[in-house]
Amino acid sequence: MKLELRGITKSFGALVANDHIDLVVESGEIHSLLGENGAGKSTLMNVLYGLYEPTAGEILIDDKPVMFAGPADAMAAGIGMVHQHFMLVPVFTVAENVALGGETTGFGGILNLDDTRRKIREISARFGFDVDPDALVDELPVGVQQRVEIIKALVRNAKILILDEPTAVLTPQETDELMDIMGQLKSNGTSIVFISHKLREVKAVSDTITVIRRGKVVGSADPGAATTELASMMVGRAVSLTLDKADAEPGEVTFKVSNLTVMNDAGQRLLNDISFSVADGEILAIAGVQGNGQTELTEAVLGLHKHIQGSIMLDGRELVGRSVRQVLDAGVGFVPEDRQDDGLVGEFSIAENLVLDLYTQEPYSRWGSMNRAVIAKNAKEKVAEFDVRTQSSQDAADTLSGGNQQKVVLARELSRPLKLFIASQPTRGVDVGSIEFLHKRIVAERDGGTPVIIVSTELDEVLELGDRIAVLYAGRLMGIVPGKSSRELLGLMMAGLPADEAQAQLDAPAAGSSGAGDVAPAGDTEGERS
Amino acid sequence: MSETQTVKEPTPPAKESQGSQVFREIMSGSAMISVLAVFVALVIGGILIAVTDPRVSASSGYFFADPGATLSAVWSAVSEAYGALWRGATYDPTARTWQGQLGIFETLTFATPLILSGLAVTLAFRAGLFNIGAQGQILLGATFAGIIGFQMQLPPVIHLLAVILAGAIGGAIWGGIAGFLKARTGAHEVIVTIMLNYIAVSLVLYLLKNQLKAPGSTNPISAQMHDTALFPLLLGPNFRLNAGFILAILAVIVVAWLLNRSTLGFEYRAIGANPKAARTAGMLVSRGYTTVMLISGALAGLAGVAQIAGTEKTLDSDIAGSIGFDAITVALLGRSKPWGTFFAALLFGAFKAGGTSMAVNADVSIDIVAVVQSLIVLFIAAPPLIRSIFRIKAVRREGASA
Ligand SMILES: Nc1ncnc2c1ncn2[C@@H]1O[C@H](COP(=O)(O)OP(=O)(O)OP(=O)(O)O)[C@@H](O)[C@H]1O
Ligand SMILES: [Mg+2]
Repeated sequence: MKLELRGITKSFGALVANDHIDLVVESGEIHSLLGENGAGKSTLMNVLYGLYEPTAGEILIDDKPVMFAGPADAMAAGIGMVHQHFMLVPVFTVAENVALGGETTGFGGILNLDDTRRKIREISARFGFDVDPDALVDELPVGVQQRVEIIKALVRNAKILILDEPTAVLTPQETDELMDIMGQLKSNGTSIVFISHKLREVKAVSDTITVIRRGKVVGSADPGAATTELASMMVGRAVSLTLDKADAEPGEVTFKVSNLTVMNDAGQRLLNDISFSVADGEILAIAGVQGNGQTELTEAVLGLHKHIQGSIMLDGRELVGRSVRQVLDAGVGFVPEDRQDDGLVGEFSIAENLVLDLYTQEPYSRWGSMNRAVIAKNAKEKVAEFDVRTQSSQDAADTLSGGNQQKVVLARELSRPLKLFIASQPTRGVDVGSIEFLHKRIVAERDGGTPVIIVSTELDEVLELGDRIAVLYAGRLMGIVPGKSSRELLGLMMAGLPADEAQAQLDAPAAGSSGAGDVAPAGDTEGERS
Repeated sequence: MSETQTVKEPTPPAKESQGSQVFREIMSGSAMISVLAVFVALVIGGILIAVTDPRVSASSGYFFADPGATLSAVWSAVSEAYGALWRGATYDPTARTWQGQLGIFETLTFATPLILSGLAVTLAFRAGLFNIGAQGQILLGATFAGIIGFQMQLPPVIHLLAVILAGAIGGAIWGGIAGFLKARTGAHEVIVTIMLNYIAVSLVLYLLKNQLKAPGSTNPISAQMHDTALFPLLLGPNFRLNAGFILAILAVIVVAWLLNRSTLGFEYRAIGANPKAARTAGMLVSRGYTTVMLISGALAGLAGVAQIAGTEKTLDSDIAGSIGFDAITVALLGRSKPWGTFFAALLFGAFKAGGTSMAVNADVSIDIVAVVQSLIVLFIAAPPLIRSIFRIKAVRREGASA
């Protein structure tokens, strides 16, 4: 099935998010959209999926114009979409979720799930999905939930699949699996529109790349083009993909975690006897596959956890047992892992979100009364400094594109005097140009003498930022290694080997390689980044 | 150190419950939806008036012979009824007494407790709580105010101020219980406030049969408030409009400031919109729940004061009428905005003031007013219905895909 977008324009008030966009997706093609944060990629996809009505332009399927009043029409026309935030009902089973909206009912309106189960098994078998129709969605890992979304589209015979930043929440392994799936779908004749800020992925899967900048198509790119070339085409200037970072000059150790154990309500240990310290002017990067205790570690520092043993000292003061407010007031800047859930109040304006945890301080408020003029001025400055693409800082934060929301959180947390900066996935969903900027800002914070902790599932980011790298596995610290350690070493530690054992395994003659230096393992096309 | 530290803050729900998401949707719609909801409700009310009108049914017998007669009968039935409603609520030159002509002041009088209790619902809602308990809070407020008002002798002005304060405290206690239970145990405020409504009625009845019964009376009714404990009348003895209305306007101004300008309101709104982000930003979600219900209860308590020290003058178990429930509609209609609530309360006050005049002058059952009010609730609670009637496209960032 061939899809064509002709002159699609979508305005939000005075802002033209899509400006006469022409796009052709051929049958069985993986077509990637590349563009900065706020370029209009998601908006275009929402138009295609019938969520937004275009201001102008038309959509053609197999050269016939179509009109979508809503996603139901789009689905009926063979278009499926997997949003970055899944639209699954967590307490339903996979089969129930897939059946939702397209139920086949039998006698007396009884839901016929057998049919759905059969289809799920069929699709699972065909593409090697490995999804149990009777599993509860709640209990599935993110990667599998995403597959459920894909199955939902395929059950409805989607011939065109839209994947909007599907890899942002996936582990590297899940990402590889998704790319395999995309390949199989393609060989099956399904067209895919793929959006990602990770150029390596885009290069690996795309047949065609269309670059969008500020709502306009600026051209198409060859998937074989160099990463830097793609990046500069997208941003409109040369982008440096590697960070020039001077060696850290660690000062006094002011942040110290000793024997930290975090338990859930059931008494399970989510974090088990962790000890480490970070010096002033040093970045400790924490690597590990998602779900190995990273979230608990950062939340424990902020005071969000109930069952904590051990101690967290900042500047000679104990943080354990303090309220979040007290921790923030002690000078901790905190970037949560999930910006929409924990970092922002979507319906608040950008200006309000920029003072979400500063509103009690002068000059933002005085005598319990907010000072709107100061808050507006602050917003103007931060929006300019962090290049948040928005019409007005009085707009609601959830009108921002994903990457721009992330910039708002970072702008807020980085713009006050800090004693500790701790950030989870600081650049999730952020475009390469902005990553460059944000990484520089984080390094500047370090150079200003602040201890910095970065939690990231992106190995690139960990290696780029970390002066030292800690690896968590199953709630335990596998060790802390120097910032220039090899990917292989980190890989072994992330798989559960303590640092010394991992090093020994690499040093053993059988392993062949010396393990020293930044050696990229075969199959990892990270060459151009390092 | 290795002992387990326990912080009391209970974890806010990871995801908003389905129900509160629906309420959020209802409350955050545009003012346009409110206006259209009222309009459609009036149209349907008009149809009901027409079909139940004897002249219309008489002329519809020969509809095909003379459709004009039916249509003009419909027009006159509906316009008479709504005309009487409007005049009764504003200005009616045909009324016999000049006091009777100025229905507008009755409208304001009826609106007074609705404004105050509507604000109570509005404020709690903005913090994410659905306060169904205005009814009980009004009762408690009226009771506390009454105890000061008819059982104590105090100098003028001071007496009234004490009555107002007592009413606010009474309501605050009743609202605060629900907030406290929500904060400490996670008990759902809807259930708790409904139960508290029942308890309030029983409690007040018990008091009225015992300690608070008027001396010599056989009915469960209290003594009259002392004159010093009453709101002064604003327009002399011919009108019931009293200083309670001024209190209500002040309350609107204060709540508007609280919600939109104060740090406390910033916290409440953040907690209401995204409790997890609020907690991550250092706000104490459970303390927010408790204090907002204290303030919300106090506002409803003031509605009780407006009743007992304004229009009713004695305490009985029926003093809250249906105000506590109309308050919910008023807050819905006002889009949980302070000034929106104010105007919605004026509209409902007008329905009350005009309803009687419509029943008397146009011979239309006063139940039509109740039907229209219920239809308003229905249409506001179902914005998709109104949207599809008027083909308004929902402008939301759907999927919130990043
Ligand atoms: N509902 C809306 N109201 C107002 N403006 C909007 C709305 N939705 C999107 N925008 C604006 O349209 C522009 C394009 O947003 P869009 O989400 O399409 O960007 P994107 O290319 O997907 O970016 P990202 O890579 O960060 O996800 C942005 O400037 C955004 O602020
Ligand atoms: Mg996007």
